[in-house]
Amino acid sequence: MLNAVGRDIPEEILEKVHKVPFMGNGHYDGYEIKKTGPKTRCVISNGKNKLVSSIREALELSGIKDGMRISFHHHFREGDHIVNMVMKEIHEMGIRDITLCASSLGKAHDPVYDYILDGTVTGIEASGVRGKIGEAISRGYLKNIAILRSHGGRVRAIESGESKINIAFIGAPTSDDYGNLSGMGGKNECGVLSYSSVDADYADKVIAITDTLVPFPNYPCQISMTKVDYVVKVDEIGDASKIATGAAKPTTDMKKLMLARYCTDFVTKTPYYRIGFSYQTGVGGASIASTLYLADRMRGDGVKMAFGLGGLTKPMCDLLDEGLCGALFDTQDFDTFAIQNMHHPRHYMITAGEYASPFNKGAFVNKLDFVILAALEVDTDFNCNVVVGSDGMLMGAQGGHPDTAEGAKCSIVLVPLVQGRMPTIRDRVTAVTTPGESVDVVITEYGIAVNPRRQDLIDAVRDSGLPLTTIEEMKEKAYSITGEPKDIEFEDRVVAVIEARDGTIMDVVRQIKE
Amino acid sequence: MKLLKPAAAGTLESSDCFVSIEPSENGIEIDLKSDVIRQFGDRIREVIGETLETLGIENCTISVTDKGALDCTIRARVESAAFRSAEIKEEIPWEKL
Amino acid sequence: MGEALTDKKKRLRRSMLFLNAQKPSLIRDAYLYGPDSLMFDLEDAVAENQKDSARFSLYNALRNIDYGRSEKIVRINGLDTPHWREDVRCAVAAGCDSIRLPKTETARDISILEEEVFKAEKEFGIEEGTVLLMAAIESARGVINCMEICTASDRLFGIALSGGDYTKDLQTTLSPTGVELMGARQHMIIAARAAKVQCFDTVYTNVNDLDGFRHETEMIKQMGFDGKSLINPRQIPIVHGVFTPTDKEIEFAKKVVREIEEKSAQGIGVFTVDGKMIDIAFYDGARRTLEMARASGKLR
Repeated sequence: MLNAVGRDIPEEILEKVHKVPFMGNGHYDGYEIKKTGPKTRCVISNGKNKLVSSIREALELSGIKDGMRISFHHHFREGDHIVNMVMKEIHEMGIRDITLCASSLGKAHDPVYDYILDGTVTGIEASGVRGKIGEAISRGYLKNIAILRSHGGRVRAIESGESKINIAFIGAPTSDDYGNLSGMGGKNECGVLSYSSVDADYADKVIAITDTLVPFPNYPCQISMTKVDYVVKVDEIGDASKIATGAAKPTTDMKKLMLARYCTDFVTKTPYYRIGFSYQTGVGGASIASTLYLADRMRGDGVKMAFGLGGLTKPMCDLLDEGLCGALFDTQDFDTFAIQNMHHPRHYMITAGEYASPFNKGAFVNKLDFVILAALEVDTDFNCNVVVGSDGMLMGAQGGHPDTAEGAKCSIVLVPLVQGRMPTIRDRVTAVTTPGESVDVVITEYGIAVNPRRQDLIDAVRDSGLPLTTIEEMKEKAYSITGEPKDIEFEDRVVAVIEARDGTIMDVVRQIKE
Repeated sequence: MKLLKPAAAGTLESSDCFVSIEPSENGIEIDLKSDVIRQFGDRIREVIGETLETLGIENCTISVTDKGALDCTIRARVESAAFRSAEIKEEIPWEKL
Repeated sequence: MGEALTDKKKRLRRSMLFLNAQKPSLIRDAYLYGPDSLMFDLEDAVAENQKDSARFSLYNALRNIDYGRSEKIVRINGLDTPHWREDVRCAVAAGCDSIRLPKTETARDISILEEEVFKAEKEFGIEEGTVLLMAAIESARGVINCMEICTASDRLFGIALSGGDYTKDLQTTLSPTGVELMGARQHMIIAARAAKVQCFDTVYTNVNDLDGFRHETEMIKQMGFDGKSLINPRQIPIVHGVFTPTDKEIEFAKKVVREIEEKSAQGIGVFTVDGKMIDIAFYDGARRTLEMARASGKLR
């Protein structure tokens, strides 16, 4: 059945995952949903000790068994030790048929590959998968169909009970013995614990894992003791050097600098660029450079940003420190500078639900003027792919891409026109993660294409002197450089579904043909 | 063009390709490795074949390791390897390439 | 000399970006950054045993890649090498716009090159006089002979200082102030202007010192240079910025052009614009200002 972005979603897959095809943005606006709460084992006695001696003991006390769904956060990124420590214990206990429900999985989790092969793990739900896990899914080794959700979509799925978490594991840089958790302090600081919030609220059992126990009460806490069943102290929850890097050196790559310059020039030519605008950007070289350019322009124009949103790096925090930005609403800290900046009184942690969930009474993304995004591929209908590599292998994460693109008044995607020999602007993307109706502008080194759905933006920049072009012209230019790529061949078997924010099916990913 | 000895050209850097060629007597044998073989494998073989034909080479073993090179780079590296193999250094018939 | 050739010789050349003709990623992308001229290097950037391969790379690039509005110049190997004749054949056959001769010391060097270019144009069926020349001055002798070099050929559109080799010849080294280059710079710009050809400054080698680069560019612009050789695309917007006329300069130039065109039709030779005495001698300069304003996007 063809969905709203023209993707053919097989009926038997829809039946298997109990879903309907994507019907377009806003289809569920005003929809009413009853959320399902977690099972809570009450602690009334004042003698209860939540501190247990090992992950194994916490697993046993939590009643781990075959077929459960367990959850993790990705605030430690490629420095995470939690997933591997827990999965090793589960594997040694002989537990099978586990579904991993993580906010994201990366190369740090390559050891899970073996557990997929031996049936310990048979289901994966995540924003994205990289490395060997991506390979295992793409090659068809995972028993069940993997589900890829955006950050907002994950919150929706958990709150609605669609993805019922039996046990949540929350790696916490600091905790007290009663389970007040924080991303601040300790030897593996990550700043915020935004993505864990929904896990703590909706999982039947919540196990905190820390390497830094602090005296009770660990306040201000980011996750409250009222939601935590057990606390485990281990030696190392992660590798600090891979959790948050030092502030990235500004890029010197001329192509990225061009994208950055075009981006800021475009932003400042739109009507949304005014006192009190809001802005979110990414961590790539072009995004960071565009923030630096933007700061220059704001100083010159006397324009201040009301707030910045999302995952943060030093340049956004500098705006706050300089007074060019009124407040930051933080879901993730990519460098040590952003973590330290948490001490600023107007640098706030928000939860993933507050950030991006489509199924609550209004999230931050709906209040964004601009979001600056990247993509692996964009098609001539502005659909973006951020999860499947051009070789057909799962290798990226949706993250907040579909959430912010839909929410923001002006969503801008920065991509080099050609990467290696692969054109990034194509007739058809390998998989759709973000629908074209959410994407307003695509910028490459060859110029700027505004989505024809946004005649208002086209009119606003028409006489700006910017290098405006069309997405078709961009595609033609790309193909004239590289030649037309042949579509990759896949097997029939569907190995993953890409869920839209609202839980409908945006696309399917098929097994790679060897 | 008559190939005289094994020869090579190019590099393994991104957007380049490494080509080695040697004389043979059994027609043209192409061994291709590429980062983009799924999308461009056929096209790359075509470019190699056309280039050899233009050079009048009917027998050779050619091995190409491609790192995402464009057609013009593949052609340049094949030509370079072929002229090295034929030991022709000057008076290249540019207008015929 | 035809009018088309004069126009080609006088085109805007604020920025000449060097790129190794052997590097596929560079030859694909460099023009994107909008240099007025691209300088495909067969000389210093290419190792001795890769000279042949670089030529095939250059040939296929020039024949296949659309370089937009950037001029395509090829820096060949010096006349004292076994490579330069084949370099010329390759560059001309591939359709380059110009050839840069390194280590030029005498007018005879240019004549020798011109003869070979002429032969190549004939061999490959290209109209005679299509390919222009420029001379790089890299020695004290070259500086002394600037005037004869500048006037050695109708095809020659300009001369460029090559600071690295020149300072070696002077038995000194490049310094941050560039004081060791001052004599050459002054001499060359004077000779170039006397011969009515263009003059280009040497590269600035510290690519991370963009402030120093800007400072040097402002200086050579004030000295009268037409542009600068560049080794990194990040330097391009800076040169173009320095060579962008101010709003005031643009307005004045517009008036000068308009007035001269009107007044000369009326047979008036000398008149005033904004209180300044103006005559026909201001015409070329004002037109150049407007051309630079258009190239910078300030004037459409």
